[in-house]
Amino acid sequence: MSLNLRSYWAGFKAVIVFTIIVIVYTFFMTGVGQLGMPDKANGSMITNAQGEVVGSSLIGQSFVDSKGEALPQYFQSRPSAASNPDLDEDNVNYWAAASSGTNKGHQDEDLIKSVTDLREAIAEREGVSVKDVPADATTSSSSGLDPHISPAYAAIQVKRVAKERNLTEEQVENLVKKNTTHRGLGFVGEDVVNVVTLNLALDELK
Amino acid sequence: MVYIYAFLAFALIALILAAIYKPLGDYMYNVFTSDKDLFFEKWIYKIIGVDSKKGQTWKAYLRGVLGFSLMSVLFLYLLQRIQHWLPFNMGFDNVPGPLAFNTAASFVTNTNWQSYSPDVTLGYTVQFAGLAVQNFVSAAVGIAVAIALVRGFAWRKSETIGNFWVDLTRATMRLLMPIAIVMGIILIALGVTQNFADWIHVTTIAGNEQTIMQGPVASQEVIKELGTNGGGFFNANSSHPYENPNMWTNLIEILLMLCIPVALTRTTGRMVGNIKQGYALLGAMVVLFGISFLCVVTAESFSSDPITNLTGGSMEGKENRFGIVWSGLFGTTSTSTSTGAVNSMHDSYTALGGMMYMLNMMLGEVSPGGVGAGLYGILVMAIVTVFIAGLMVGRTPEYLGKKIGPREMKMASLYFLVMPITVVAGVALSFAVPFARQSIFDTSLNNSGNHGFSEVVYAFTSAANNNGSAFAGITADTPWLDTMLGLAVLLGRFLPIALVIALAGSLAKQDIVPETSGTMKTDNRLFVFLLVFVIFIISALTFFPTLALGPLAEGLEGLVA
Repeated sequence: MSLNLRSYWAGFKAVIVFTIIVIVYTFFMTGVGQLGMPDKANGSMITNAQGEVVGSSLIGQSFVDSKGEALPQYFQSRPSAASNPDLDEDNVNYWAAASSGTNKGHQDEDLIKSVTDLREAIAEREGVSVKDVPADATTSSSSGLDPHISPAYAAIQVKRVAKERNLTEEQVENLVKKNTTHRGLGFVGEDVVNVVTLNLALDELK
Repeated sequence: MVYIYAFLAFALIALILAAIYKPLGDYMYNVFTSDKDLFFEKWIYKIIGVDSKKGQTWKAYLRGVLGFSLMSVLFLYLLQRIQHWLPFNMGFDNVPGPLAFNTAASFVTNTNWQSYSPDVTLGYTVQFAGLAVQNFVSAAVGIAVAIALVRGFAWRKSETIGNFWVDLTRATMRLLMPIAIVMGIILIALGVTQNFADWIHVTTIAGNEQTIMQGPVASQEVIKELGTNGGGFFNANSSHPYENPNMWTNLIEILLMLCIPVALTRTTGRMVGNIKQGYALLGAMVVLFGISFLCVVTAESFSSDPITNLTGGSMEGKENRFGIVWSGLFGTTSTSTSTGAVNSMHDSYTALGGMMYMLNMMLGEVSPGGVGAGLYGILVMAIVTVFIAGLMVGRTPEYLGKKIGPREMKMASLYFLVMPITVVAGVALSFAVPFARQSIFDTSLNNSGNHGFSEVVYAFTSAANNNGSAFAGITADTPWLDTMLGLAVLLGRFLPIALVIALAGSLAKQDIVPETSGTMKTDNRLFVFLLVFVIFIISALTFFPTLALGPLAEGLEGLVA
């Protein structure tokens, strides 16, 4: 094929034209978001009773101390593979600037071991049998930022949280219900409990 | 129980697509057959310097595609190399050369393979002024090429096959842009972020530190799905809650990926004057898609792989809000189109579930395939099908009124050889060449044994098919994989496109053969069956040995253990 400079020149100009069009599009969309739905467009951030921003209702958090030990007064999130790359060892995870899954296959021995250990730890922590630890409690999500736990995982945590906070189990169960999203139309998505908003609501009971 | 949910999910998607099939297909028909230019299109043609009324021969059309794409690669490469001096770079440095080449090649070819990790590599400007631009125009190029091939069937005794610049502009401005604006705004309303803010540092409820990335996500998310591109704004792609916050955004994103490839079969039917021909192509797509989805749901629900056995469900690498069914539907959609977006980590699927995703791509991504690419892919397979059927009954094969002669068959055969050769050669070299092998084992693999092998197979399959999804544990940012995968995406994109455009040229030159009683019908169920059979046989024969070493062996290991 002969070298045809004209099509390259036309191609170059076309790239520039479409780049400008898409930049205008991006700013237009941002304008619509910022003017029409600023809360959503700015990340669905949530604040505590003192008005401080404590995170986003869409982004999961971990409820552990700096050593990675579960804080008993909070509902616990799933394990997370999103760790802060600037730290040598990140015990907290849910680092929302490095979203990631473990990407481990089902035969991976490290994963099998960590899942086995975690199942036993959770069963002991919640005082249930290992069989009653649901699948999502011991597996890492895809983003490492999953803000949700399954209703089953929430259910086995109610007793502990109620005891730690001197609340009745019914009070805690009511809050769990309030922070549960059901399947759309009965079959779109899954039933989930938002741990972030649930724990925030618990703190605000005080 | 899980099958009821799976069936309802499938039915809902099918129902909505059925409702938009006719309006969208007819709209695209009008876009690509109208001889009127809109006022802003006239400006664009004036700036680019092309005569929109002038048809192009297949060679001129191909030169347009290649000229535009080469300039796109150079521009996107350059943009990444000067990132440090651009606004909104979020403190990131210039992207290193090999990585910038890989990313540029990947986005221009509609692949959106991501060797880079967006969270630690790219600021906002490269994303919206570089990647998002290619999300629009690489999709438009795919549609243009598909339309050119359909014109080859529909036009008679024509030296020309349309005008590339017109097809490119119309696909971008009349089709992708309006849908992106409307659906993008809906995504924002459902919680997808859209801002230019700095990252937010917070002290969390439990008193820990958390940094939350922001950005103009919705504007890029919508076109990433609509144009079957798939490159995530964030590392975790569509599983990141800011890209895909809930079940409704998930549903919308699945529909966005499917709507154009599916409706293009209607456009094809209209252009060749028989909408039943479009139904037949669609029928084959639906059968392949449905079977694959069923297999994924089965594997993920009833696998005996160790982790699933241990935990009681395959939730590793899946988000709770999507669960098995809606992760499976998204993954099947993403790998059956050329999107490659993920809302769950394919690397952590059960052996056989992950294999189905590979197989979707190995079929050549025709169920329904990427925007445009899926259509020309299945049209080529239809040509192969009539040829095989013609051999059996001893007649000259015809398809859509055009004779399939030796020249057409050569191009169709070369077409379906490009992808498997690229994949198998890439995988073989990665394990055979000593320094490559070392780089793979020392740096790239995240898993060992058969699953590690699968990671490499998946990478090359995804690249050669311009999909872009990954068994994402693999570290692809090594000199070997950056270069080889970069070459694979370019070969996997432009060789088939060149063959398709040449095919369009040779078909357009022919007159239309009148249908006789001896003509094989290509708009009935028998043909759908044959087409599915041919697509399956060709890839099954090619890839069975490869799959046997990877996911099949891994799955058997799970059964034994």
